[in-house]
Amino acid sequence: MLSYILRRIVSTLPVMAIVALFVFSLLYIAPGDPAVVIAGDQASPEDVERIRQSLGLDRPFLIQFGSWVWRILHGDLGTSIFTNLPVSTMIGQRLGPTLSLMMVTLLLTIVVAVPLGVVAAWKAGSLIDRAIMAFAVFGFSLPVFVVGYVLAYIFALELEWLPVQGYTPLTEGFWPWLQNLILPAVALGCVYIALIARITRATMLEVLQQDYIRTARAKGLGQGGILFVHALKNAAVPIVTVIGIGIALLIGGAVVTESVFAIPGLGRLTIDAILRRDYPVIQGIVLLFSFVYVLVNLMIDVTYTIVDPRIRY
Amino acid sequence: MALLEVENLQTHFRTPSGINRAVDGVSFHVNEGETLAIVGESGCGKSVTSMSLMRLIPEPPGRIAGAIRFAGKDILKLSDREMRAIRGNDISMIFQEPMTSLNPVLTVGRQIRETLMIHQGLDQQAAEAHAIEMLTLVGIPEPKRRVREYPHQLSGGMRQRVMIAIALACNPKLLIADEPTTALDVTIQAQILKLMLDLKRRVGAAIILITHDLGVVAEIAERVMVMYAGRKVEEAPVAELFRSPRHPYTQGLLGAVPRLGSSLTGAARRLAEIPGQVPDLRKPITGCVFAGRCALATDLCRQYAPGLEEKAPRHIAACHYAAKGAVAA
Repeated sequence: MLSYILRRIVSTLPVMAIVALFVFSLLYIAPGDPAVVIAGDQASPEDVERIRQSLGLDRPFLIQFGSWVWRILHGDLGTSIFTNLPVSTMIGQRLGPTLSLMMVTLLLTIVVAVPLGVVAAWKAGSLIDRAIMAFAVFGFSLPVFVVGYVLAYIFALELEWLPVQGYTPLTEGFWPWLQNLILPAVALGCVYIALIARITRATMLEVLQQDYIRTARAKGLGQGGILFVHALKNAAVPIVTVIGIGIALLIGGAVVTESVFAIPGLGRLTIDAILRRDYPVIQGIVLLFSFVYVLVNLMIDVTYTIVDPRIRY
Repeated sequence: MALLEVENLQTHFRTPSGINRAVDGVSFHVNEGETLAIVGESGCGKSVTSMSLMRLIPEPPGRIAGAIRFAGKDILKLSDREMRAIRGNDISMIFQEPMTSLNPVLTVGRQIRETLMIHQGLDQQAAEAHAIEMLTLVGIPEPKRRVREYPHQLSGGMRQRVMIAIALACNPKLLIADEPTTALDVTIQAQILKLMLDLKRRVGAAIILITHDLGVVAEIAERVMVMYAGRKVEEAPVAELFRSPRHPYTQGLLGAVPRLGSSLTGAARRLAEIPGQVPDLRKPITGCVFAGRCALATDLCRQYAPGLEEKAPRHIAACHYAAKGAVAA
């Protein structure tokens, strides 16, 4: 098991290398010359040339790529063209809000979506089932920014239960921290909850037909034990898979959500960096997100072995 | 008093094309410690009967009517909670498919412990100890290691032993075995049957054995009930039934059993088959249910359903002609 995890980590290296190459090529594929942008409107051609040389933009592609990778491997993601701060510092400052938002959303989703799906499957065909599935379709078809603004209007502006926007670090207390995250998490989680509730229902429906569920009934187990122990554990592999895939969805959604609720996270940083053509920052963020995604996939595979003893690596 | 008395059991299913009368007016009883075999071909309602006794039929689309008195109480009138207290405790069940009847993601130990913890109120440790004891009892080697294993690590025969361990863990008064050996190798079949009989004697449980295997019936049953198209057509002590079957259907069943080595000894005979098919249970049947396939059927059979009559002591059959020439056939 441990050797499997090690092997998996090693095998992520080529994936990360390809991602790195792609990310680095952005600089060349994207229109516009960063040297011109940095130099500003009044710069002379000599100024632009000087900046280009200082950034190493005049050297051949592969050499630039090589030295870039070399620096990354030493923990240096480069320096922002715009703020002159190290990229790692900038990401570090913004990591907290985004991680908080994603964690709260993930937790909310699992706590809400899985029981909804289980109940829908148990009561399949009933009014409850149809209501849950209608909600799922609804949640699926509403964009994050629509839900976000509607929620902010109702719960923040009208009812004044929760703050409209902003972020408070966890170091200033649990409740202030959570308060700011509830609305964004609900807005971001909508699609995700719908997706996982549907998958849970579909998988549970299949599992509930199995012989071992009949055995569990014949043993005199209650409905709760049958659904949440005997059935749900068998349905877990597809559900865990979709939860993992959903994390990619969350990363994209976080960018929009952070804009709507003015959360100073990585999403905002990404948008700002793109607008300013701040390539080192863009590269750093994309690399980080790819790395997170690869890591999540590894975690999913490891989780399989916990929920299903037949899966061994 | 009988342990189990079933009176006019009717289990019907609503289907898009009409009501399927899977079990239609079946009555029988099981005495304490007795082994009753229910035989018949696929679709005759024997499995539905057994599932009805446990109230494991999903309702709707199913509906169970009649009376099922277990130790004097009609279990069809019990609440779900009261019924759960009986399942796995007073009445337990072994199924046909050992490969799929155990939960693949829970350990064997956990699946045995569960019944003990629900019904006997044992704590984790006591239940674990009892589970190991049960595995020893059903003849599984290295029970201490096996309790921590998962079903996929066991063979089919082993899994059926585990099912038996689960079923007998709470010392039930009645064990319902629905084709317990059908999915197993012949050599394993004999072992499992012997095990069931041994344990039955030890625990003093009555057994209802559902099967289509007449060899198994001859081996372990005391009384046999033959079902056809959702009804009981004959019932007799096992020796009596094999010696002089009264109902043409039973005679057909016995005739359809191949005899081992008969072609070598020169006693070869063509296997008798029962021509035709089971009637559609969604349509009302007038007359005898077997009339469509019976060589002896007359207009009387096609118009009037024969009632169950005692043809010999403790031997009842539903056939207009059973008392006459059919016996000699």
